[in-house]
Amino acid sequence: MPVAAPIVSHIGPGQSRAGLWVLRLVGIAAVLGVLAPILVVVMSWSSAQTDVWQHLIATQLGSLLFNTLVLLVGVGLLVSVLGIGLAWFTVMCDFPGRGWFEWLLMLPMAVPAYVMAFVILGIFDFGGPFQSFLRLQFGQEYGSMDVRNAFTVIVVFSLVLYPYVYMLARSAFLSQSSDTTEVARALGCSPWQAFYRVALPMARPAIIAGVSLAMMETLADFGTVAVFNYDTFTTAIYKAWFGFFNIQAAAQLASILLLFVAITVFAERHSRGGRRFVQGGRLQHRYRFPLKPMKAWAMTGICSLVLVLAFVLPVLQLIQWAVAEGAAQLTQRFFELLQHTLLLAGFAALITVFLAMVLAFNRRQVKRGGFFSMAQLGYALPGSVLAVGIMLSFTFIDNQLFIPIQKWFGMSPAPVLLGSILTLLAAYWIRFLAVASGPLESSLERIRPSLPEAARTLGAHGTELVWRIYLPMLRPGLLTAMVLVFVDVMKEMPATLLLRPYGWDTLAVRIYEMTAEGHWQLAALPALALVAAGLIPVIISIRRTSH
Amino acid sequence: MMRKIALIIAATIVLGACGKSEPSQPDGPELVIYSSRIEQLIKPIFDDFTKETGITIRYVTDEAGPLLARLKAEGENSPADMLITVDAGNLWHAADMGILAPVKSEVLNTNIPPALRDEQGRWYGVSIRARTIVYATDRVKPEELAGYEDLAGPQWNGRLCLRTSKKVYNQSLVASLIVALGAEKAEEVVSGWVNNLAVSPFANDVKVVEAIDAGQCDVGLVNTYYLARMLEENPDLPVGLFWANQTGEGAAGRGVHVNISGAGITKASKHKENAMRLLEWLSGPTAQYDFAHLNQEYPVNDKTAPSELIEQWGRFRADTMPLSEAGRLQGDAIRLMDRVGYR
Repeated sequence: MPVAAPIVSHIGPGQSRAGLWVLRLVGIAAVLGVLAPILVVVMSWSSAQTDVWQHLIATQLGSLLFNTLVLLVGVGLLVSVLGIGLAWFTVMCDFPGRGWFEWLLMLPMAVPAYVMAFVILGIFDFGGPFQSFLRLQFGQEYGSMDVRNAFTVIVVFSLVLYPYVYMLARSAFLSQSSDTTEVARALGCSPWQAFYRVALPMARPAIIAGVSLAMMETLADFGTVAVFNYDTFTTAIYKAWFGFFNIQAAAQLASILLLFVAITVFAERHSRGGRRFVQGGRLQHRYRFPLKPMKAWAMTGICSLVLVLAFVLPVLQLIQWAVAEGAAQLTQRFFELLQHTLLLAGFAALITVFLAMVLAFNRRQVKRGGFFSMAQLGYALPGSVLAVGIMLSFTFIDNQLFIPIQKWFGMSPAPVLLGSILTLLAAYWIRFLAVASGPLESSLERIRPSLPEAARTLGAHGTELVWRIYLPMLRPGLLTAMVLVFVDVMKEMPATLLLRPYGWDTLAVRIYEMTAEGHWQLAALPALALVAAGLIPVIISIRRTSH
Repeated sequence: MMRKIALIIAATIVLGACGKSEPSQPDGPELVIYSSRIEQLIKPIFDDFTKETGITIRYVTDEAGPLLARLKAEGENSPADMLITVDAGNLWHAADMGILAPVKSEVLNTNIPPALRDEQGRWYGVSIRARTIVYATDRVKPEELAGYEDLAGPQWNGRLCLRTSKKVYNQSLVASLIVALGAEKAEEVVSGWVNNLAVSPFANDVKVVEAIDAGQCDVGLVNTYYLARMLEENPDLPVGLFWANQTGEGAAGRGVHVNISGAGITKASKHKENAMRLLEWLSGPTAQYDFAHLNQEYPVNDKTAPSELIEQWGRFRADTMPLSEAGRLQGDAIRLMDRVGYR
């Protein structure tokens, strides 16, 4: 039930003084870790880069901003409609295949956006099988479309990003007791009104978290839009950097992106104000509204269509390409890539979720938790800009600390941090803290404050409180967070490329190398492996949360 | 429950860790390379070098931009001994940023023509990549083609396909137009290209060839090795290759625009002698043969023959513009392309 008054209580695990300090210190360290590379980016304003700016303003900037806006609005709307709609119907209503779709609809999350892009283009482009078929069947005038436009780009992003919204909205709807909607109905609401006026506002934090993840991913993307030669704001960043070799102008452009995201995030938090939604009654067996046959089958049709477009079709195309290339690629090296990918993603998921939880607890204990929210900014920068920011800050430490020490001891100086596995893992948590925070916070917010308070009166403290109250209650959120980070790290490209230690190539690196040279077909097998490896945690989490 | 999840993740990690054989630190000499040539196109060459000299090579691959940023940030403490990258523009910028050490060697000067190396010896071309005209063999006769400039003519209206101007290959090509024709004429030409486009520019050269094959357009500009690779897979591909600007007076006959992939020894290198050995070796017969056959590029060393597959296109006259010009004019070229709306 909505609780009007802001609850900024002492809910949180740390009761003992020492524990509290450790919690606070780790939280502050995490935030500083994120802020360091961002500071490097913002410092670019120390010198004016009028040349590049003037040129961009005179030529492209207007159309780039327009393209970006179109893309953002399009993706925002489409992921909301798909994510919320599909989550609502699979949770609340009954239709043929519902039980299957409930978890199948999460699978597209494992498909990286850049892979989706080249697969969709491969199928639907002028020379691809779809249009060739049209031309063959109906003559030349059919099937001569150029699909590389805003619409296709929006669809491609939405197909791989809607699961973020779907997963978060679904767990929010699941944790709303069906009393809520039933009471709304009894009070005279139509089913639509019950959804719109009761269920949706209660799920708002989760939905906002999901949609903003999807939109930040879109905003910071470069690889996917590049496949379609669709120019967005990041195009300007890359042009300044790779074209004019003006890394400062690139950083300045990137910091504008960052400012935009920061304002949006804080505006949303502000508008939410002190409202908290706390779960009222206990969860009981859910009653699902049966849909009328026509509507039910229509729902089945819609779910199937989404699933086919977002998952079945791309996977089949990848399989076809992989088979065409044969098994020659399945070398020792390939399995090494797979190992590295799993290893990095596993460690990174653990670290990131741990830190995200520390931050979430800190935020609850401090009156103005805004400081700890800044840890989410790492997700708003384009991957390679953040990667360079991280590289520069670690190099700074190397050059100022480790190298003087090495020289002091008469060793030959060499970077300690850069090119080490620790730096790469740090890059991952810096980038993906926002991803882990979304699901964690929305499930933390649903814990009734009276619960830990009661536990405390019964004598539970510190770690006991964490293990016996918070962790069990946060389980769905933790699990979702782990899965999201695990999958995102596997797909991550720019930071992995720049910061990996020698030989630590991953599947994503291999995909980059292949697509960079236009070998789409050779990229198919690593892409398939990436999707398959991403499916495992997704399926595990589904099995854990659906019953 | 939490324990189960932790168990699953721990199991994944352990599974990953098991059988992971960390390459043991070699006892012998070692070189560290930053490369923007991808693993598949560079590792076999490194392997040959190691076999011949006993020097092991460790490398990271990435795009040129981030690698340059890394080299610059690491400064004199960089572990890198050599930078290998594609496109003269990138090499010029690396030299400009003061990352590369000037070196001189009789072997390099004999093996590599002057236009394909830096005057001060900071970088050397190791393979040639020619960017020229491709056409649909069933819709275009080679007699209709002449040079890059002519693709701006009205006869190609709605028939031209190009790759995006964001790719450095096109930036270098336009820089060569600026050198050959002057900025004003070059802008007219590129503007003419844009007017003639059949569809908006593609993300890569492969798509350009595919579009010509599918009938979306009739002519295009690509690096020859992409076409070679596609012909290798499908010898019946109805796409032909035309050497641009071979005949005619003055600028019209200046030859095909060539670019390079190249290498330079870093200032920070602590193994300059071995790095030099590698650089010279890259211009020698074994490596040159590898460059020619791994990716169907042209060797820089004229003592090495191109692969049989690309011999069918015959020899061509190359534009002798010093490649450092491409780097110097890269910014101008991008500005020009932005002004005429070449995306």
